Amino acid sequence: MNRPSRPFVGVLLAAGTLLLLACERPPMEATQGDFRGLGVEQVRNPRLAQRTLDANVSPDPMPAVEAAGQPASAVYQNVPLLGHQDVADFNRLMGAIYQWVSPQQGCTYCHEGGFANDDAYTKIVSRRMIQMTQRINAEWKDHVGDTGVTCYTCHRGQNVPARVWSHGEDPGRPFLGAQAGQNAPAYEVGLTSLPGDPFTAFLSGESADIRIQSQTVLPAGSERNIKDAEWTYGLMVHLSEALGVNCTHCHNSRAFSPWEQSSPARVKAWHAIRMVREINDEYMESIADVLPPHRLGPAGDVLKVNCATCHQGLPKPLQGVSLLQHYPGLARELARADDGATDVDDPLPGDPEVGEEVSGGS
Amino acid sequence: MAEFQNLFNRVQVRAPGDPGVALPRGRVRRTGEGRASYLFGLIGDAQVGPVYLGWAGVASLLCGFVAIEIIGLNMWASVSWDPIQFVRQLPWLALEPPAPEHGIGIPPLGEGGWWLMAGFFLTASIFLWWMRMYQRARDLGLGTHVAWAFASAIWLYLVLGFIRPVLMGSWAEAVPFGIFPHLDWTAAFSIRYGNLFYNPFHMLSIAFLYGSTLLFAMHGATILAVSRFGGDREIEQVTDRGTAAERSALFWRWTMGFNASMESIHRWAWWFAVLCPLTGGIGILLTGTVVDNWYLWAVKHGVAPAYPAVLPPVVDPMTPGGP
Repeated sequence: MNRPSRPFVGVLLAAGTLLLLACERPPMEATQGDFRGLGVEQVRNPRLAQRTLDANVSPDPMPAVEAAGQPASAVYQNVPLLGHQDVADFNRLMGAIYQWVSPQQGCTYCHEGGFANDDAYTKIVSRRMIQMTQRINAEWKDHVGDTGVTCYTCHRGQNVPARVWSHGEDPGRPFLGAQAGQNAPAYEVGLTSLPGDPFTAFLSGESADIRIQSQTVLPAGSERNIKDAEWTYGLMVHLSEALGVNCTHCHNSRAFSPWEQSSPARVKAWHAIRMVREINDEYMESIADVLPPHRLGPAGDVLKVNCATCHQGLPKPLQGVSLLQHYPGLARELARADDGATDVDDPLPGDPEVGEEVSGGS
Repeated sequence: MAEFQNLFNRVQVRAPGDPGVALPRGRVRRTGEGRASYLFGLIGDAQVGPVYLGWAGVASLLCGFVAIEIIGLNMWASVSWDPIQFVRQLPWLALEPPAPEHGIGIPPLGEGGWWLMAGFFLTASIFLWWMRMYQRARDLGLGTHVAWAFASAIWLYLVLGFIRPVLMGSWAEAVPFGIFPHLDWTAAFSIRYGNLFYNPFHMLSIAFLYGSTLLFAMHGATILAVSRFGGDREIEQVTDRGTAAERSALFWRWTMGFNASMESIHRWAWWFAVLCPLTGGIGILLTGTVVDNWYLWAVKHGVAPAYPAVLPPVVDPMTPGGP
C-alpha cells in the first residue's frame, strides 16, 4: 500500500500556508456613514491607508511676498493670462510652477529665447493649462469647492502627470479572441475583468449614458442591457479605486440609482464627471496638435485625465490641503477682473487653437 | 480490529474489484478492470473503475471537448497566442456573447458566433451526460433521482444562457464563458435589474442553498454521532429502527422539538438541493422579462423598508429645476 510520504504532505501544508500570504494583513477599520446597520460604511486598512497618505503630501507654499505695486504686464511682455497680477505674485507663481512641473529642467523647460518667446511647445501647453486651472477653480466649484486645484494637484513634480489615460490600440475585428474591450486584467478598473477603458466611453467626447437602472418596476421599454451595466460598473470601480473609497462613499448599495438614498459626495462626483469631460474635450484635445509624438499615447492621441489624475487614492487630493489660496493667479476671478471673460471657447494669443502661430512654435 | 466494527473506519480492504451487476443486452462493455487507490480510499471507496462510457458518454466528452476548445482557443487568441500570458491571465479571459445589436440572430464568428457555437456544444455535452446518468441509473435498476437533481441544475444553466436571452430577444443578455468575467457579469446583472437580492425567488434560492448546507451538516453529523450504535448502517435503520435511529430522533426532538426520520431526511436533502437552482432559475427568468427593477418592486410590495435620513438631503442634479 503506497501511503503519501511525509515530505509530500509537508509541502502541501506549506503551499496552503503560503497562499494565505496573498491576503491583506488585518486589522481593517470600518466607519459607519449612514443610518446604523445599513452597511453604508468605509472599510480601510490603516496600515495601507497611511502609505497613501504619505505619498500625497502637499508641498509647502513658497514664502509670501510683498506686493511690488505694478502688474506683471508692466514688467513682462506677452502675459495674456496673468498680466493683471501684481508682478511679485506673478514671479512667485512662476517659481512655484517650475517646482511643481519641471523641477529638473527649471524655467527653460518652457522659456526658450526670452520670456516673451512662445516657441517652446511646453509654453503653449502650460498657458492652456493655466487657463484650464483658472476655469476649474472658478467654474467647477461644485466639485473643487474653495480648496481648488493647482498644477501640483496633477503634476506632482513631473512634466506629465503620472495617472493619465489614452485610447487603447484598436483591436479591429479579430476572427478569434475578440475581447469586447474587457476580459483582461485592467489596473484602471481595479483588476476586475470589466471594460478596461471606460474613459473613452464616459469621460471624453459624446459620452454614453451612465445610468442603467430602470426607474419603473415593470419593463417599460428600457434599452439598457447587462453589457451597458458592465461599462458603467467599470467606470464606477475606477472612481472607487481613484478615491480609495468603497461604493458606499456615494451610494447606499442596496439601490444604486435613487439620489435620495445617496450621500452628498455623489453630487460632487456627478459634477466631477462633467468637469473631467470638459478638461479632456476642451483642454487636452486642444493641445494635441502642439505636443511632440513622444508626449502622445500609443494610439497617437493626447494623454487625458480621469479621477485618479488628481485624487491618486484619496477622497480629497493632497489630503484636502488648499495650495490655491497662496497663488491667487490661478483663481479665475482675478483674470476676469482684468481682461474680461476668457471663456473656455476663447482662443488666446499663442493658444493652440490659433493654428498658424502654433505650428511655427512647435 | 476493534476499529473495523464500525463501517466508518480507516481500514482499506484489498480484494478483487467488484464488476457490479450484469449489463443489459446490447450495451457497450465497461472500460477497465478496476484497481485500488489508497488516496481514493481515504475519502471514499478505494476501488477505481471500471468505467462505463457508452455512446452517450463518448459523444458528451466529444461535445465538451469541442466547447472547451472553442472557449480556450478564443481565450488564447485574445492574448496573442502567448502561452505564458494565457496561464497568467486565464482567470480574466473570456469568450463574450454577441453584442446587443445582433439580437438573437446568428452573428459572425468573431463577434459572438464562437460564443453561440461553444454554447451549443456545451449544452449538447450536458444533455448527453444527463442521458448517460439516466441510462446508467436505469441499467443498474435504480431510481432516476440523481438525473432529475442534475436536471434542476441544467434548468438554471439553460435559463441563464438560452431561455432568458431568447425571451429578451438578445444573446447579449447571456453569460460570458470565463472565470472572473462570469462573476463580474453576475454583479452587473444584479445592478442592471435593481439588486437581485430583492428578487423573492433569489431569496428562496439562497434559503435552499444555505438550507442544503445546513441539512447536510445536520444529517452528516447525526449519522456520524450515532454510528457507534449502528447508525452507520443507515438504510437498515429505516426498515429496522434500532437504538441509533431512536437516539438520533430523540436528540433532535429534544433540541428543536421535531425530527426527520431516517428515510425522510434524504427527501429533505434532495428537495432542498433541487429547489435551489429551480427557484433560482425562476428568479432569473422573471428578471428583465417581468420585473425590470427588483428594488422598486420590493418597495412597491412593502419588502424594502425606508430608513431614517441621516445624511443631508440629496437631489438628482439632472432633475428639472434642481441644483
